[in-house]
Amino acid sequence: MSEKNYLTTDYTLKSWFLTTDHKRIAILYFASLIFFFFIGGAAATAIRIELATPQADLVSSDIYNRLFTMHGIIMVWFFLIPSIPNTLGNFIVPLMIGARDLAFPRLNLMSWYIFMLGGCTTLFAIFAGGVDTGWTFYTPFSTLYSNSYVIVAAAGVFIAGFSSILTGLNFIVTIHRLRAPGLTWYRLPLFLWSLYATSVILVLATPVLAITLILIATERFFGVGIFDPRIGGDPLLFQHLFWFYSHPAVYIMILPGMGVINELVSCYSRKQVFGYKFVAWASLAIAAVGFLVWGHHMFVSGQSLVASLVFSFMSFIVAVPSAIKVFNWTATLHKGSIHFDAPMLYALAFIGLFTIGGLTGLFLACLAFDVHATDTYFVVAHFHYIMVGGMVTAYFGGLHYWWPKMTGRHYSEYWARTAAVLIFFGFNLTFFPQFILGAEGMPRRYHVYPPEFQVWNVLSSGGAAILAVAYLMPLLYLGYSAFFGARASANPWNATGLEWQTSSPPPEFNFTTQPVVTRAPYQYNGDFQAEPQNA
Amino acid sequence: MPESFAFAPQYASIPHRDHTAELGMWVFIATEVLLFGGLILTYFVYRHAFPEDFAEGSRRTEIVIGTANTAVLLTSSFLVAWAVEIFSPDTARIVTWLLVGAACLGLAFIVLKGIEYSKEYDEHLVPGVDFQFAGSRASGVQLFFIFYFIATAIHALHMLIGICLLITLATICRTAPTTRHQTALRSGALYWHFVDAIWIFLFALIYLPGRSSS
Ligand code: HEM
Ligand SMILES: [Cu+2]
Repeated sequence: MSEKNYLTTDYTLKSWFLTTDHKRIAILYFASLIFFFFIGGAAATAIRIELATPQADLVSSDIYNRLFTMHGIIMVWFFLIPSIPNTLGNFIVPLMIGARDLAFPRLNLMSWYIFMLGGCTTLFAIFAGGVDTGWTFYTPFSTLYSNSYVIVAAAGVFIAGFSSILTGLNFIVTIHRLRAPGLTWYRLPLFLWSLYATSVILVLATPVLAITLILIATERFFGVGIFDPRIGGDPLLFQHLFWFYSHPAVYIMILPGMGVINELVSCYSRKQVFGYKFVAWASLAIAAVGFLVWGHHMFVSGQSLVASLVFSFMSFIVAVPSAIKVFNWTATLHKGSIHFDAPMLYALAFIGLFTIGGLTGLFLACLAFDVHATDTYFVVAHFHYIMVGGMVTAYFGGLHYWWPKMTGRHYSEYWARTAAVLIFFGFNLTFFPQFILGAEGMPRRYHVYPPEFQVWNVLSSGGAAILAVAYLMPLLYLGYSAFFGARASANPWNATGLEWQTSSPPPEFNFTTQPVVTRAPYQYNGDFQAEPQNA
Repeated sequence: MPESFAFAPQYASIPHRDHTAELGMWVFIATEVLLFGGLILTYFVYRHAFPEDFAEGSRRTEIVIGTANTAVLLTSSFLVAWAVEIFSPDTARIVTWLLVGAACLGLAFIVLKGIEYSKEYDEHLVPGVDFQFAGSRASGVQLFFIFYFIATAIHALHMLIGICLLITLATICRTAPTTRHQTALRSGALYWHFVDAIWIFLFALIYLPGRSSS
């Protein structure tokens, strides 16, 4: 190892905290997200321990409210939304398009600082007094009754929003302008199509959240009635504005995951992605239609029946492009020469879990069923299947896939597979019982419940314990591999993306010579010689 | 045009860099459109709910200042457009003065806005501070003024950022005009025109309702 790579160019703290290298910024994000994931996870653990018994024996109802709010806020805004885009995306996007960096490297660094500022502000609110509104900040509770740290927490989310917008902007411009010669849109890896669609949502939806938070803050500070019905305001308007952002935001949380899965499925079945163009356009279709379905969160809010019917219908439409993707992954797997490496295990888990999450989304999109299931554990199970079963799994898959590229090292395949299987098992044990609980009528956000629900809750808490251990494992073996793992070659999986054509880890400006693209992506033809990896 | 700085490694050429920067500004403007869009949507929801009250509130605004501000802002946009149009090393002096002029008009806008705010304060029209309004329309009128203050404050914030931008541009265009500065100028101008365009909408929404009849 004589040549310098991005990790060894400089060792000072300053060279990390003032870096404009997208790869180093990705690492900064990565470290920060691990931190937030564990804070959010700690809250989840407390919640599940409390719910193991029907009585309130661990925390009071007030603390319980703060716990699930903290869990929601941290996980949604400080883990899921930035997860794949800001870590894997930041690292891989320029490499995949053969560029030497993102279009605006300094903006990229700035967005990390903004993100950290937002994160610290929110953490301050949470630890100084806590917030008990739930992650949705519903008015008038958040503006009239709740304790005063709501606005600080909302301010943190508001600040972090700018980071999202800047990242989205950077990706859009980069993908438009910095592609290597020959890399036409239809030669773009599907990960990039999905990140592109994600960025469009980031750029167009996040400002609406920003303005909504400004309105809440105004209402609260000046005691004026924007959403307060007593003085002419309209609490439904808040929900409309909020979900106009937050429904598309669930696609911010899942589209990048879908993108990762395309890469993994084709690499480990050694086949071209089936229906490339359909998958590509499905991402954009999801982003577009995703803007038209927010009202399905408001079926029981008192909006008009016509509105509910339209939103219900649109929700079914948005499931079509999602289904296209699932079918295309399945078709890609069909007759492939499948290799069950750790990333592939995560990808397969993703496909199964996302399908369950998506199908139960269709249940919820049915007006009649949703009226029964709203605010029950059924909804909780649904969105955890999507967001945790889907997105977090995809994140782990992508992380393992690109780990050798990022660190130049191999992890232990044995432990990685074990963790993947455990995560799948623990996840299902945690969340499947919640579908049953919800169908039987257990409401969400309560910390005491009738004793007959205990069986399922104990199963769920037990699953959560397994899941917690399984999530900790990668921290250990990946951490170990980062320092002691066997050296990885430039292209350990024999994959086709441009990112595999430079050394692992890549040099400071990614490529020593400008790559030129002459082929469609995913030109696999059944061959596979992974290099021997004994960590 | 002479090029004094090497371009960053991720770009293939100087024009490549410049076009990339401009695209960045367009995408940024797209997010700004949605920001004000959410606000304007709120406005329409309540104007639909309380049409009379909004007309009443609108009649209490200072249309003279509002109109003057519109003229001021349009003129400054014109100066900026002019500067973009004639930009070259030979015209550096004029470009600088045009930008300074635009920035001064921007400041004039802010000052006029401040006068307007203080008048509204005296008339007890500031919601949450000391809003007083006799009659049955009080809550609708208050909603109107909430929108008015949030929208104009956010707009004024954009103006202040824009003024700093114009002054910076004026300083750099004075010394070493290159294509890099031309791009900066074009992007800055885009932003300024955008802020101007938003004002046109706000003007129509704030000052005009209920004025035609009386
Ligand atoms: C396949 C298409 C999908 C459909 C048709 C769908 C449908 C729905 C519906 C109707 C609800 C409202 C349930 C209620 O509040 O009563 C809901 C809730 C939710 N969905 Fe989905 N969904 C889909 C995909 C997703 C995805 C991809 C994600 C995230 C990545 C997601 C995350 C959520 C979340 C977070 C909630 C709960 C919001 C809350 O009440 O706090 N959904 N979904
Ligand atoms: Cu939704």
